[in-house]
Amino acid sequence: MLSAGFLRRPLVRHLVIAVVLVVVLFLVTGILSSYNNFQIALIASYVIAVAGLSLLTGLNGQISLGHGAFMAVGAYTTALLETHQHWPLALVLALSAVTAAAAGLVTGLGAARLRGPYLAGATLALAVGLPELTIKFTSTLGGESGLPVNPPPPVSFLGASFDPNRYLAWVSILCVAVTLVLLANLVTSRFGRDFRAVRDDEIAASLSGIRVAGNQVLAFVVSAACAGLGGAIYALATGIVNPAGFTLVLSIAILTGTVIGGLGTLAGAVWGGILLVYLPRWSESLSNGFKLNKVVSSNLSLGLYGVVLIVVILAFPAGLQGGVRQAGRALRSRFMSGPGSSGSTGAAAPAGVSTPVASGGGGETS
Amino acid sequence: MLEVSDLRVAYGAVSALDGVSLSVGPGVTTAVLGANGAGKTSLLRAMTGMVRAKSGRVVWKGTELTRLASEEIVRQGVAHVPEGRGVIQDLTVEDNLRLGGLWRSDREDRRKALEEMYEFFPALRERRRRSAYTLSGGERQMLAVGRALMARPELLLLDEPSLGLAPIIVAQIMELVARLSADTGLTVLLVEQNARAALSISERAVVLSLGKVVVEGAAADIAADEELRHHYLGF
Amino acid sequence: MVYAAMAMALVLIWRATRVVNFAQGAMAMFSTYVAVSVIDRGGDYWEALVVALAFGFVAGAVVERVLVRPVESKPPLNAVIVTLGLLILVESAAAMIWGDSVRSYPARFSQTGLKLGSQRVALSPFDLYIIGAVLVVMAGLVILFRATSLGLRMRASAFEPEVARLLGVRVGRMLTLGWALAAVVGSLGGILVAPKVFLDPNNMDDVLVYAFTAAIVGGLDSPVGALVGGVGMGLSLSYVGGYLGYSLETVGAFVILIVVLMVRPEGLFTTTTPRRV
Ligand SMILES: Nc1ncnc2c1ncn2[C@@H]1O[C@H](COP(=O)(O)OP(=O)(O)O)[C@@H](O)[C@H]1O
Ligand SMILES: [Mg+2]
Repeated sequence: MLSAGFLRRPLVRHLVIAVVLVVVLFLVTGILSSYNNFQIALIASYVIAVAGLSLLTGLNGQISLGHGAFMAVGAYTTALLETHQHWPLALVLALSAVTAAAAGLVTGLGAARLRGPYLAGATLALAVGLPELTIKFTSTLGGESGLPVNPPPPVSFLGASFDPNRYLAWVSILCVAVTLVLLANLVTSRFGRDFRAVRDDEIAASLSGIRVAGNQVLAFVVSAACAGLGGAIYALATGIVNPAGFTLVLSIAILTGTVIGGLGTLAGAVWGGILLVYLPRWSESLSNGFKLNKVVSSNLSLGLYGVVLIVVILAFPAGLQGGVRQAGRALRSRFMSGPGSSGSTGAAAPAGVSTPVASGGGGETS
Repeated sequence: MLEVSDLRVAYGAVSALDGVSLSVGPGVTTAVLGANGAGKTSLLRAMTGMVRAKSGRVVWKGTELTRLASEEIVRQGVAHVPEGRGVIQDLTVEDNLRLGGLWRSDREDRRKALEEMYEFFPALRERRRRSAYTLSGGERQMLAVGRALMARPELLLLDEPSLGLAPIIVAQIMELVARLSADTGLTVLLVEQNARAALSISERAVVLSLGKVVVEGAAADIAADEELRHHYLGF
Repeated sequence: MVYAAMAMALVLIWRATRVVNFAQGAMAMFSTYVAVSVIDRGGDYWEALVVALAFGFVAGAVVERVLVRPVESKPPLNAVIVTLGLLILVESAAAMIWGDSVRSYPARFSQTGLKLGSQRVALSPFDLYIIGAVLVVMAGLVILFRATSLGLRMRASAFEPEVARLLGVRVGRMLTLGWALAAVVGSLGGILVAPKVFLDPNNMDDVLVYAFTAAIVGGLDSPVGALVGGVGMGLSLSYVGGYLGYSLETVGAFVILIVVLMVRPEGLFTTTTPRRV
């Protein structure tokens, strides 16, 4: 439903689609269980972060392994302001994005001089290093055990008995919609064209008057802001922020989601986000199905991330744009048929992602 | 010796060679002429596996080359000095030269070949420890040719060796090619835009246009054909 | 010093293939677990070392052939993503096979400081062994790259694969060999560091960051740079850790990295000509 052509249409169209989607999803949250609503919030947090990274990597050609760290910045901001200072939710979310954007600005200033593996290495250090800061500042940031985050209380006119998870799902859907509309317009704007020009050929871009460094910093700031907002919702959904939640694995997971969804496509970010929530569940049902022991099962989803990353990048070597819609369709049919089909579904998952490409068409896999 | 038959090469939808056939006898120097974009480079690249031919055959001394990888084709005694020379800038002059012969197991003869190249090209000996990055255009061309000769090839493919060089250096290079062919019985395929210089040292010539052979014949006849010269060769 | 070994492994792969292997640390950790298994079955230190290095050699070659080969001609981002995938795959595989509890690893030599006169200095026989091993490996690498024809072919394959092919270099084999050698050096680094840090499937993240920082600070093209960078990193990190607390060490690495790259984007020891990309 979100085709690539969609991104090239003007603001109005983005808004219409976004509004329709938001309304549909709002209605859907009513029939879903509280747990499913919680999952929607979780998916939303990933979608936003993945969309941000997709902009940076797919459109601007800069890789970041540090988006987990930017999510941490947003999440801790939310914990401090929402739960401890009781600031209004909208303001907290905005400020979470802003603080992450500030972190992105600092990193981006350094990153604009770095390329390829150098950039990956620098952001890798950020991903590993930043969460460890929380231990240095245990009194404010809670150290290893982290900080609790209260779920946002539903606004009063919804009534006292309104399910907070459903309310959270609403909030996060709204955030996804706002983020994607803003990003979609950014992509079609002059900035988006400049982003692509810089990605394709920095020298040519600078000759045509684009300030390459400034452009790259801007991409980093926008991308980090998205990660920060994603982190804020992640914090609200999980109810706690601690360093263990923002390890390198999270950064790699975000990258996985981005690669799977298709670098540079915002629609792909949605599939990427969904996958990041469901992949661990698949692997869990897989390991339950095979009665694997605890250590194995707890590491299986991590291993699956690795397998999926490798398989997808090998099977879609020229970039994912072409295959992604088919892969998305395969994923969606899987999503619709539900995770209830347990073990066998999980086992088929990686194959399901690559099959449409291998067979050259037809998203309908067995 | 060398038989190219019905060779076709395409880059995506762009066809570059459209059924080229030619045969080259042993020890013969053949000029391959034609305007920019005629397909000369593509012909050489297809012969040494740098691009895959869509169809057709290249048979050298009884071996079909189009199925082989570049590094194996070289082992059949075919050396290719690519367009733009392909000097490895991060290596020293001597490392570049040595690299050309490394696949041959005869260590003693490799040393001898290196010595010969330094005699052919004294300028390279002076600069042997310098990075190839520091060489002038003419020196790079010498390095590229010398490096190819380190393999003691029987067939030498030269892609526009005179490109961007001063006339006096072009003359030197042509003279060298002529001498090699006379002294060692080397078979040469000489791709050139500088048709006059190329024809002066070649026995035979082929003219390509839009991926097809339009004329094949003795170099002297082609040089003498005024209409042909005006039409395809620009002199 | 151990960071130096790991950094050299990264530099080695970079020089041989223009790929940075993010799974380097994880692969080293895996080899080290293989060595632990040998010791558990009654093997001695040297047997375990040999088996683990042989394992590293084969694993490096297989990884190159199966996973990296298909992306070698693709944009660099693809290779980065594949090695990241490999990183978490190897980490989780190690945890699945050997469990995720922390293991200790025996040191071959005494770890108590040597006596210098009547003073104990902070240098044990085991430290000397590490330093010796790393220096030997580094010297070997320098000789390989600078003075042998194999090294010349490996460098040519890395710089200009297409030209190297035209000169009869079997580029594919050179790349495989580069990965295999790098995995051996990495495995050695893993086994050297193991007695000092405890072995655990996830602790290679930090080591990777340090090694990476060391390699980049020294310049990805320079084994000497990797050595100096590795030692320098070790020293400055112990200062950071000592004065500001252990939790700041990785952040310290990040700061060092950014500062160095701001001043010299190509690293401190790189001498190759700037490349047009
Ligand atoms: N890498 C390439 N990709 C696409 N088209 C190419 C490529 N190389 C050459 N061509 C096209 O193939 C045709 C023949 O080119 P080439 O063999 O280089 O000719 P010549 O060497 O005679 O100038 C030209 O039309 C050129 O545009
Ligand atoms: Mg040409």
